Amino acid sequence: MKHLRLCMAVVFGLCAGRAGAAVDARPADADPWLRPAQVPAPESNAPTAERVELGKALFFDPRLSGSNWISCASCHNPALGWSDGLPTGMGHGMKPLGRGTPTILNTAYNPLQMWDGRFKDLEQQALGPMGSGAEMNQDLGSVATEFAAIAGYRARFDAAYPGESISTTTIAKAIASFERTVVSGEAPFDRWRRGDAAAIGASAQRGFELFKGKAECGLCHMGWNFTDNGFHNIGLNSEDPGRYAQKPLKSMKGAFKTPTLRDVALTAPYMHNGMYASLEEVIEHYDRGGDLKDNLSPSIRPLGLTVVEKRDLLEFLKTLTGAPMLVVLPQLPQ
Amino acid sequence: MNTLRYAIPSLLLMAMLPAAFAEDHLVMQKDKAFSAKALSIKTGESVTFRNEDEFFHNIFSLSDPAPFDLGAFGKGQTRKLVFDQPGHYEVECAIHPEMRMTVNVSK
Repeated sequence: MKHLRLCMAVVFGLCAGRAGAAVDARPADADPWLRPAQVPAPESNAPTAERVELGKALFFDPRLSGSNWISCASCHNPALGWSDGLPTGMGHGMKPLGRGTPTILNTAYNPLQMWDGRFKDLEQQALGPMGSGAEMNQDLGSVATEFAAIAGYRARFDAAYPGESISTTTIAKAIASFERTVVSGEAPFDRWRRGDAAAIGASAQRGFELFKGKAECGLCHMGWNFTDNGFHNIGLNSEDPGRYAQKPLKSMKGAFKTPTLRDVALTAPYMHNGMYASLEEVIEHYDRGGDLKDNLSPSIRPLGLTVVEKRDLLEFLKTLTGAPMLVVLPQLPQ
Repeated sequence: MNTLRYAIPSLLLMAMLPAAFAEDHLVMQKDKAFSAKALSIKTGESVTFRNEDEFFHNIFSLSDPAPFDLGAFGKGQTRKLVFDQPGHYEVECAIHPEMRMTVNVSK
């Protein structure tokens, strides 16, 4: 485990390139609202600089799609909060998808991936959209051969995964290694937690108290990543079964994973179907206690927030925007 | 006749004893974790799940012996289930999938 921690530190130093990146170097439980320094990674795919660099090239390479036109970054665009700014994603043949593109920020910390939690780790997740006919429409049976024919990639795979062949497994592992470097930077909220009293205004400070108290946001958006990694039906006007497709339980009908609120001001539109264009609309949704009540989570109920309280909540949410990760686009191997 | 009059209620009481005194096992839900990772009980015994978190939890199992879903319940509330089918149960919280435990029910 020590080796893994050291690797992550080296990898972040070499590859993350984050401006003003700062994480909580104290024990992880010192302040539950600050990101722990250690980024989790599986022992079977310990991060190295070579793996992260390879994964970065693959992440930005449209040749991973059947059309050679869509890359992971087409939807998870770092300039758009690692999402795409669209209500729902745009897939193969420019056809809209059923759900919004979630940010990949801090996905390293997620115990389950995707809106419905269908994948248990980033290695699995990387192949999901790639092999989906609706999304990247890649033939997973031939993609390894296609990339093995590119000399520049052969050298990179050899350096990153010596002794392992180019396969969907190593492709997924490399992409996952890069995605684990996409973590939230220090936000005004973090500076305030560390003692800089002027880092956020009085309105945002009141908003944080509302967030934990009257507005009950913290029942689900809890901890430094502002998620319980749980699944809830929040009463959206949607017929999407959500988590129910994975866990056929009544309470999971229409339930979706609680998204992180880190950088939330950068990732509009909101909800699994992108139905709200602004955070103001999101706050109104929760204030009225949702819309569809059929299978509503018992955590959702009318809040009775005043105009000022709604504004305070909004101001607080804006303080979660971290220093941006500086991304230098890779020269793709030929 | 008098002897028989007292014997019948006594026999009925004896017959009811196993059910009335079947052991109940308490499992807490706190900080998004079960207080026990694994529990071994006997058929007919029960488990009471108590939510000690500030937010809602759920209890369900899709395991073969006898799937169940006890629904969502809030802080301080409990859900009790009698395990009357032997076997191995994977018990989870639907809301928080990281919460998992096993219950082994012997015959």
